[in-house]
Amino acid sequence: MALICNARSRAARLLPQALSALPVIGRPNAPKSQASLGNEPGRRLASARAGESVSPLSDECSNQVLDFPGGKLMFSPDMRFLSGSTGERVSCYRVLDDNGHRISDNSFQELSEKVAVKMYRDMITLQVMDTIFYEAQRQGRISFYLTSTGEEAINIASAAALSNEDVIFPQYREPGVLLWRGFTLQEFANQCFGNKSDYGKGRQMPIHYGSSKYNYFTVSSPIATQLPQAVGAAYSLKMDKKNACAVTYFGDGGTSEGDFHAALNFAAVMEAPVIFFCRNNGWAISTPTSEQFRSDGVVTRGQAYGIRSIRVDGNDALAVYSAVHMAREMAVFEARPILIEALTYRVGHHSTSDDSTKYRLVDEIEHWRSSRDPISRYRWWLERNGWWCDDAESELRSSVRKELLQAIQVAEREQKPALGELFSDVYDIIPSNLREQEQFLRHTVKKHPGDYPHNVPA
Amino acid sequence: MEMVVRRGMGRGISAARRSFSTSIEAEKPTGEGKPINLFSAINQALHIALETDPRAYVFGEDVGFGGVFRCTTGLADRFGRSRVFNTPLCEQGIAGFAIGLAAMGNRAIAEIQFADYIFPAFDQIVNEAAKFRYRSGNEFNCGGLTIRTPYGAVGHGGHYHSQSPEAFFCHVPGLKVVIPRSPQQAKGLLLSSIRDPNPVVFFEPKWLYRLAVEEVPEHDYMLPLSEAEVIREGCDITLVGWGAQISVLEQACDDAEKVGISCELIDLRTLIPWDKDTVEASVKKTGRLLVSHEAPVTGGFGAEISSSIAERCFLRLEAPVARVCGLDTPFPLVYEPFYMPTKNKILDAIKETVSY
Repeated sequence: MALICNARSRAARLLPQALSALPVIGRPNAPKSQASLGNEPGRRLASARAGESVSPLSDECSNQVLDFPGGKLMFSPDMRFLSGSTGERVSCYRVLDDNGHRISDNSFQELSEKVAVKMYRDMITLQVMDTIFYEAQRQGRISFYLTSTGEEAINIASAAALSNEDVIFPQYREPGVLLWRGFTLQEFANQCFGNKSDYGKGRQMPIHYGSSKYNYFTVSSPIATQLPQAVGAAYSLKMDKKNACAVTYFGDGGTSEGDFHAALNFAAVMEAPVIFFCRNNGWAISTPTSEQFRSDGVVTRGQAYGIRSIRVDGNDALAVYSAVHMAREMAVFEARPILIEALTYRVGHHSTSDDSTKYRLVDEIEHWRSSRDPISRYRWWLERNGWWCDDAESELRSSVRKELLQAIQVAEREQKPALGELFSDVYDIIPSNLREQEQFLRHTVKKHPGDYPHNVPA
Repeated sequence: MEMVVRRGMGRGISAARRSFSTSIEAEKPTGEGKPINLFSAINQALHIALETDPRAYVFGEDVGFGGVFRCTTGLADRFGRSRVFNTPLCEQGIAGFAIGLAAMGNRAIAEIQFADYIFPAFDQIVNEAAKFRYRSGNEFNCGGLTIRTPYGAVGHGGHYHSQSPEAFFCHVPGLKVVIPRSPQQAKGLLLSSIRDPNPVVFFEPKWLYRLAVEEVPEHDYMLPLSEAEVIREGCDITLVGWGAQISVLEQACDDAEKVGISCELIDLRTLIPWDKDTVEASVKKTGRLLVSHEAPVTGGFGAEISSSIAERCFLRLEAPVARVCGLDTPFPLVYEPFYMPTKNKILDAIKETVSY
């Protein structure tokens, strides 16, 4: 009993000391080389040694070293539980302040005017696309839509920092990556309308884009399933000695899925060149992050798996660009996974099937829409560089709008995929049971033509 | 070809000798091989798969040292730890990783240590692997994926080392489900599964890993998928099964013969897409059908066969289709002999069906 009390009081005594000795990850203004050494084994040893007692017994114990799988570690006479938190929250890397001013002596990846302007143009294009497709859904022209509003910087700046050879395993709120790589507004429209030019042959709901040409694996609705797949793809790239990595996107909610944990652990163990990009936008449909996890967000999970991780301001295009650029260098040339947690906000509803004012304050949405808009912040920086102006802005917005309305008209008029496509691609060739079912169905359609949509050609 | 199966639950070993009809001529394994057991046949197939395709990978829990059933013995030494490796203990991770690897144009040969533990991977297999080609309009596919997993009773496996979950996967368009009955079949069907451009779940009868011994040609050969095999011709009743259950059915055929009943025995081999025509042709000849599997009878794949054959052969059937399967209980340890669709249960059902 006495021993327990003693241990408990000693633990209590040492707790604050132990917490203060925990390493701080990603100190603001830390030099790049230091920031990139986030979790070397030596660090863990250093923190384990922290809080040493001065009693002779403790000295004796602390001199004893246990050689255990994973490396040597110290014994301790102190019963000390690691805290459930890191004490102070992990800081968030940013390059631009709220007004688009570059923060002094900040490290960031320089980018050319050409790239910088294309980034901006694509962010605007994505915004206009979201607005118009959202309206098209409201008018009943497409069945469903899901905007990326508020996350334009994440979409475009991350894509800009990658090579087109990097393979993307998206969730569903990252169409900007595909846009950056050259997918046209017509191609987006074709998918949303599920017409015969849709590469997915009208089989999936709108926004489930995919393109082998642009190394963008087709979106699937289940959450986080793409993460372990990205690890497998990354391993393939590594085995083929490609200068490329796999990049997978997901939200804060996705980090609760088993696949998230499976993927991080596999990636660390397999030393796979994969970037895990978490868009922590605060909301998984109606569930806030406070009901999703108790850790300090997502970034802290990386360290537990032995993965270098960074938290970045997701509404700062330059910070996202810089972090992804560096992450890619480390992933590809050091063959290791990297975790990026981008802090942002889902300004739109979850999807067209959702009304987010039912579970969150309109003021909160408005705050992020007006004061923390990633596009305006980036634009101020561009303008200060003399790379953008009002005329360019209005010309761009009107031309994107025009192009998109045209694309929608074309997509809407286009025929649906033929009935036969219902049966193809289940297997590489159509097996006999499906041939039989196809014949039977065609017979039924002939018999009851009124039961079936007329725009699907037989 | 001859195979010897030694079964028995520690109460002495019963032996059954049997002969096999030939497979399709073109794919027929040629030349006499050495007598080897089923795990060695799997091992040979994996050696060949890795040897013939530099983009083939073998991985799963404990496969590095040869696997808990020894199926991957020697592979890591021969092909290196980057192509044959252990994974963390996480089935959904194994399946997801395998899908990603296959989607990049590799042959991903993943092992799930026991079929009882495949359920954490169910979402990856059902929602991801099976739909990968279809949902992308063939922009992408993970056809190079093969998931190997030992299934079925082993005499002492209890709830979690005995199950036969094949029917769950037979409800999933886009997958192929393959189950071999013998060493020679295992090698040829596994090589076909690995090289098939569709994701395949390959169930291996763990009871036969060591007990089934058969001459297996050493060369590279494949047996066709989605083709059932009539392994014994008869005229009174058709028996359909797969995997380890085939040897039990075979013993029932022998005993039925002694009382003057001639059984035709079909090994389905591929459960989806399955070879309805072969079963239909046989039932049209015999007029009777019995299906037998270890999995619980309700919702088992036997129900699908029974229903399909009733549709196709209604006027030819002279008795209701009999199903001799596992009970609708979890797989029980000490009650295993009661749970199992044993020879005498089958024999009784044969007699009842024939005299209906």
